[in-house]
Amino acid sequence: MYNAAEAVIIIAKALNFMSEHSLELKGSLFPLSVLHCTDVSVSTLEPLLSAKLAQAPGFFYQAPIVLNLQDCQQVPDFVALKHLFVDLKLVLVGVTGASPTIKAAAQQAGLAALQAGKTTSAKTNEAPQAAVSPQQLAPSTMDSKIVEQTVRSGQQIYAKGADLIIKGAVGAGAEVIADGNIHIYGSLRGKAIAGASGDTSKRIYCFNMQAELISVAGNYWLSDSLQGEFWGKPACIKLQDDTLVISELV
Amino acid sequence: MAKIIVVTSGKGGVGKTTSSAAIGTGLALAGHKTVIVDFDIGLRNLDLIMGCERRVVYDFVNVINGEANLKQTLIKDKRVDNLFILPASQTRDKDALTKDGVERVLTELAKEFDFILCDSPAGIESGAMMALYFADEAVVVTNPEVSSVRDSDRILGMLSSKSRRAEQGLDGIKEHLLLTRYNPERVQKGEMLSVEDVKEILAIELIGVIPESQAVLNASNSGQPVIMDKDSDAGQAYLDTVQRLLGETVPFRFLTVEKKGFIKRIFGG
Repeated sequence: MYNAAEAVIIIAKALNFMSEHSLELKGSLFPLSVLHCTDVSVSTLEPLLSAKLAQAPGFFYQAPIVLNLQDCQQVPDFVALKHLFVDLKLVLVGVTGASPTIKAAAQQAGLAALQAGKTTSAKTNEAPQAAVSPQQLAPSTMDSKIVEQTVRSGQQIYAKGADLIIKGAVGAGAEVIADGNIHIYGSLRGKAIAGASGDTSKRIYCFNMQAELISVAGNYWLSDSLQGEFWGKPACIKLQDDTLVISELV
Repeated sequence: MAKIIVVTSGKGGVGKTTSSAAIGTGLALAGHKTVIVDFDIGLRNLDLIMGCERRVVYDFVNVINGEANLKQTLIKDKRVDNLFILPASQTRDKDALTKDGVERVLTELAKEFDFILCDSPAGIESGAMMALYFADEAVVVTNPEVSSVRDSDRILGMLSSKSRRAEQGLDGIKEHLLLTRYNPERVQKGEMLSVEDVKEILAIELIGVIPESQAVLNASNSGQPVIMDKDSDAGQAYLDTVQRLLGETVPFRFLTVEKKGFIKRIFGG
């Protein structure tokens, strides 16, 4: 039937070219919900989809959806489908698994034809009662590693594939590293490295910023550059246009 | 059940041995049977501070190696009842201590004593790790300056990860901050970290503040624990510290600059 939890990784082909306005095209990865259904006619899809959305109202609000047309033989009415998605407050961004003819029709209708990276297990032939339970539909949140006490000098903590939350302070000479965001509810006197695996959207939050080093996705600042307005204050550090930006935590 | 207290700091020269001698003597004066164990193998100092250097026959390493028993090795203090010293070996190095050996000696001491005070060597190597491994409580001796505070922070990290209590998942070691060589005048001038600064950085409970005092050096030179010099500020501050260690609430003294009297202002001093 319909499996929203399945996310397909879309790899946009990176295309870098420079002009006088320094335009940049970069490849990025996004999670997208993929819709599977044996019959993609508006009349079949509309009641099924409405019922599914009613289970988690708001969760799919304006969610980008990719239509899996693996088992589709006939060319669907893409214009009608687009209207249906608009009515249901969803955004149909493209199709995947389509035959060349259907793909052409989809592109005519202004939809992207997406190449599935990892093949998703299509459950098109299963009976409706085998549909995904609401629990399985729950958003796949990132894990968190929680440290209850103060991180002392010389200690190193790494939250692999997770956010890092520290209740105490991070002492001078201590290192806290996370693939996700870092939250420090005490003073940050040591090093904090967020987005360690390269995720540029990650941030560092701390209650009192006196860091030796802060880094987001490999971009770092040393203590010297941190002196000034935000020193000793609650602060948020993020990456904006490849530059670290500090702002006050209000 | 004996309580094992480690006196540690990470950094050297901050007053671990002076504090061990003073606190140990204070606990004995309060009527608790106390032994101070010198873990600083190869750099034996505690016997000097305690003034018993001429009575050392056997040492800690001899006991661990089974060359002497505790009864032969322990030195009884001549001034204070209930006070004993287990001296370190001066001819060996830190590797002479083994975890099993230390545990055996501490277990045996625990049968007889109320308090076992472990005077840790400086550093974070095996010697210091041995001293803190079996501890129930820790007195972290810190001077009000940045390098000492950072080293104390490091040792606090070790206490919460490398000790027996941490490894066995028991309640953590109870940590106390002992600030030594505190000079309110220099704090006021901004030349020294204040009590509040240090407390804020280390985030552990303060057990005592010992003022910088000539009495400490005098005491060391004469082999008399400074706590026995009851007229001195440092001696009184250690007495307060011992009371707090025993669970009493005592207000902190010697934290502010003493106001000079009229005579002193005229004639200086």
